[in-house]
Amino acid sequence: MVEAKGLGLTFKTADGDVVALSDVNLDIKRGEFVSFIGPSGCGKTTFLRVIADLEQPTSGSITVNGTSPADARVNRSYGYVFQAPALFPWRTIEKNVALPLEIMGYSEAERRERIARTMKLVNLDGFEKKFPWQLSGGMQQRASIARALAFDADLLLMDEPFGALDEIVRDHLNSELLKLWASTRKTIAFVTHSIPEAVYLSTKIVVMSPRPGRVTDIIESTLPAERPLEIRETPEFLEIAHRVREGLRAGHSYEV
Amino acid sequence: MGRSLREGSLVPILIVLAGLIVVWYVAAVLMNWQGMSDFYQRTDVSNVSFGQQLNDVLNAEKPLLPAPHQIVGEFWKTTVEQAVTSKRSLVYHGWQTLSATLLGFIMGTVFGIGLAVFIVHNQAMDRSLMPWIIASQTIPILAIAPMVIVVLNAVGISGLIPKALISTYLSFFPVVVGMVKGFRSPEQIQLDLMRTYNASRFEVFTKLRWPIALPYLFTSMKVGVAASLVGAIVGELPAGTSNGIGARLLAGSYYGQTIQIWSALLAAALLAGALIALVSLAERVTNTALGARA
Repeated sequence: MVEAKGLGLTFKTADGDVVALSDVNLDIKRGEFVSFIGPSGCGKTTFLRVIADLEQPTSGSITVNGTSPADARVNRSYGYVFQAPALFPWRTIEKNVALPLEIMGYSEAERRERIARTMKLVNLDGFEKKFPWQLSGGMQQRASIARALAFDADLLLMDEPFGALDEIVRDHLNSELLKLWASTRKTIAFVTHSIPEAVYLSTKIVVMSPRPGRVTDIIESTLPAERPLEIRETPEFLEIAHRVREGLRAGHSYEV
Repeated sequence: MGRSLREGSLVPILIVLAGLIVVWYVAAVLMNWQGMSDFYQRTDVSNVSFGQQLNDVLNAEKPLLPAPHQIVGEFWKTTVEQAVTSKRSLVYHGWQTLSATLLGFIMGTVFGIGLAVFIVHNQAMDRSLMPWIIASQTIPILAIAPMVIVVLNAVGISGLIPKALISTYLSFFPVVVGMVKGFRSPEQIQLDLMRTYNASRFEVFTKLRWPIALPYLFTSMKVGVAASLVGAIVGELPAGTSNGIGARLLAGSYYGQTIQIWSALLAAALLAGALIALVSLAERVTNTALGARA
């Protein structure tokens, strides 16, 4: 689904060059749930933005869905969920979900059908006519996920979508996200800075480190597909979490 | 009703108004007292009682400062008690000014929005136009207005259009400044979102920039509509136009008809208040439709 070879990105700033990504080699297969974890400045969000054609790499190559990121964007082959819900406050929830559908030229009937389907998927049915400010932060983020799902892209890019939410809401949304992933069979690339979140959700965990932003470890999860929240107390879970922590330490991520 | 009395702005406004009226009466008496004494002296009237002089002062024909009841009386006489088609009717003159104000305001708003669209979408426009737009407002309108009226008159255009153009000149500015800011107010994350949908510039404009700029538009329009009214009145001052509130002001000052001046001012103030209230109403309706918190 996504293939990066020797990918690098250097930002030119007034203070000199900042290497955001250096020599990233990564293969995301169809149907995988891949988490990117690391401290801020490790380039995890930048990598996601490169996939989305929101940033341009300065070296190496990357293909998304078999094409360049630019073509993938033009073909609308991914949905992007940002850190903040980025809902338009002047549109109701259903109109927000309809936004990409309007731009992509879906018919009125098709729009209605897709809105109903995705609102159900994220458990927001009944809130169609509400405005964003009438919803809690967790519900707003669910609405933004519905918006990203509405046009049925196979790839879902999520940039710390639950980072601003409290632990309890986050737990709940994590298990909902797993169910959603299982039922839609989408490929998900998920940026986070929470180790339990990464281990709980992923089939593959990419550990990254800053200065320069690079991949220090790629961990294939051995956890079963069926994951109740309690799985986070099993030795297997803790072992993977330990390995993630080791990866972060190896990349000097804990040194400030 | 109890709620609106406590939380509404009506009571405070009325209290301030009552205070102003008291101050006004005191000022009217003080300012006109000497003039009345001089008048008595010239006409050899003596032994005028204080009460008599007070009464005369408050009902003088050409006082320095007319008392509120004289203005209201004149206003009543020239609105309700005159046919609206009469040249003596303030309603007639008010409409002359209002029609130019509205036409100018609409043209100014449309022109301002159009300019803002160009400026936001074209960097060269941004750099080359903005300084000229700002410079345009540093020229005193009183210097330009007579030229516009005279030049247009020379090519056979008179009446409504020249006045409306002066209104346009004054009202496009707040709209252009406000809308440039409004069109630029989307956050990066919202623009990124539209980019992931591969939205065209037109779609970004209609679905993001325009709705997000609407609150700026209404704020600008409130300033713009007041400026439009000023523009229309200024446009009525030169070249001996005999129609409109501006003409009434001018005629009043030629002949020392202070009461007429003040009642024309009252008409202008009422018009301005009504226009701003109208824009505010449109703002509220739009805000409700766009999901603003009640």
